[in-house]
Amino acid sequence: MSEREPGFTPNEMMTIAASRALKNEDVCFVGIGAPSAACNVARLTHAPDITLIYESGTIGTAPQVLPLSIGDGELCDTAVTTVSVPEMFRYWLQGGRISIGFLGAAQLDKFGNINTTVIGDYLHPKTRLPGGGGAPEIATSSKEIYITMAQSKRGMVETIDFYTSFGHGEGGDHRKRLGIETSGPTLLITDLAIWKPDLDTKEFTVVSLHPGVSRAEVQATCGWTVKFTDALEETPAPTALELKTLRDLQARTKAAHAGTGKEKAA
Amino acid sequence: MVKFLPLSEAVAGNLNDGDTVAFEGFTHLIPTAAAHEAIRQGFGELTLIRMTPDLVYDQMIGMGMARKIVFSYLGNPGVGLLRRARDAIENGFPRPIEVEEHSHAGMANAYEAGAAGLPCAMFRGYRGAGLAAVNPNIKTVSCPFTGEVLAAVPAIRPDVTFIHAQKADRKGNVLVEGIIGIQKEAVLAAKRAVVTVEEVVDSFDELHPNLTVLPSWTISAISVVPGGSHPSYTHGYYIRDNAAYLEWDEISADREKFQAWMQANVIEKTAADFAARVEHLRTAA
Repeated sequence: MSEREPGFTPNEMMTIAASRALKNEDVCFVGIGAPSAACNVARLTHAPDITLIYESGTIGTAPQVLPLSIGDGELCDTAVTTVSVPEMFRYWLQGGRISIGFLGAAQLDKFGNINTTVIGDYLHPKTRLPGGGGAPEIATSSKEIYITMAQSKRGMVETIDFYTSFGHGEGGDHRKRLGIETSGPTLLITDLAIWKPDLDTKEFTVVSLHPGVSRAEVQATCGWTVKFTDALEETPAPTALELKTLRDLQARTKAAHAGTGKEKAA
Repeated sequence: MVKFLPLSEAVAGNLNDGDTVAFEGFTHLIPTAAAHEAIRQGFGELTLIRMTPDLVYDQMIGMGMARKIVFSYLGNPGVGLLRRARDAIENGFPRPIEVEEHSHAGMANAYEAGAAGLPCAMFRGYRGAGLAAVNPNIKTVSCPFTGEVLAAVPAIRPDVTFIHAQKADRKGNVLVEGIIGIQKEAVLAAKRAVVTVEEVVDSFDELHPNLTVLPSWTISAISVVPGGSHPSYTHGYYIRDNAAYLEWDEISADREKFQAWMQANVIEKTAADFAARVEHLRTAA
């Protein structure tokens, strides 16, 4: 719990702030973890008709519990339709049907480039991470990219070790120069703040601090020199409905995932 | 023609040392029982292909069976890293393995090209991504009509593909439903295909005409293994054992604990042991 703002945690604020960014008419390609929670909170509050798509092929899914993997049966059971994986990536993602690609990140730089592949050298990694999965093409074929992650100096770095997915590259018009026509990262939601890319440089800039968060705290948990917009706002605190929706969802999820083990032990 | 065989015979007759093999399943319908049979029979020098290598490839790599791995997501989905695979890549234990890494779009397109009899796949991909610089099998082609530069990857053509599926009819046609993933393409891209199923039914006459059915003549062998995809799941039969995926993180973290688990749960077991593992996970009929 945040010391100065009892009633909600920084992670809850992050998920809820991220959920607010999604619109009812969005078609959202959902990454697992924090993006999945945010997308489903949006669906359960202000965006009941949002189309959520997971890379396993489930289109228009409405899970009652958050999936542990991108391919839990719950996603298929509640989907409008389920397509094959080649169809998902060819027709739906590459075909330009996705308005928002929602990604998490292990390592992120200030231009929204993401590394989930290796820490250290690619051929001789210090830590071999899972890799990109769908992210390299989600990052370039979705109309816009939202990113959500908890801040840390290890996670938000000046230079990432590997370009798993391309954000704004070295900034400016780098995407255009590579022939990428989509907008790329347009929003970053952390546990402390909301960030948007500068119109020209494309560097992520803090536009809103979450309640009770100081500029110094944002800087202390970020590996690059943070820029703040002149008209800095405060993120509205979670409403009672938002908090209840998120907590109920997480409680149902915890019970469902633990359930398989409990029954086995019985 | 397809043969109905005990799993031990289906694996022995279709897998060889040094083969390029895909045990496919995109979270759903992972052919765990077939992979465990391959582990028991002790194959080696395999090139393992899979979009989402999870527990079964972690196990095969940990047992030293793999020479090379081709993949697009090397994780325990929703849990974290694959610790035996990491040990092989980071420390060369129990042996070094060669890595060929793609994106999901790259692998999906490559399987589709394999099924389509094409030499390569082309798609709009890998733009600005680091993989293109470290994987020599990622190249570019220009569209002859528009000039657009597209990514190209070689087709995937396994010597043998293993998948799990819901059911077969008596003729050996196979039904796959739910999250169908890459199952159809992986079978049609391969020289040989082995399918484990939950059950055999008399006929598919009552099925909806558009359900994914693999005709018998596309399959080399079928083995009936109830529960054969545990801890993955079979839509309509039993749910994913998420707790087992969480437990694997701990088992695989330690080399000795891993070996002990493999001995007790794979080496000393048979395909017939899978049915009991899913009893508590069965969905209400």
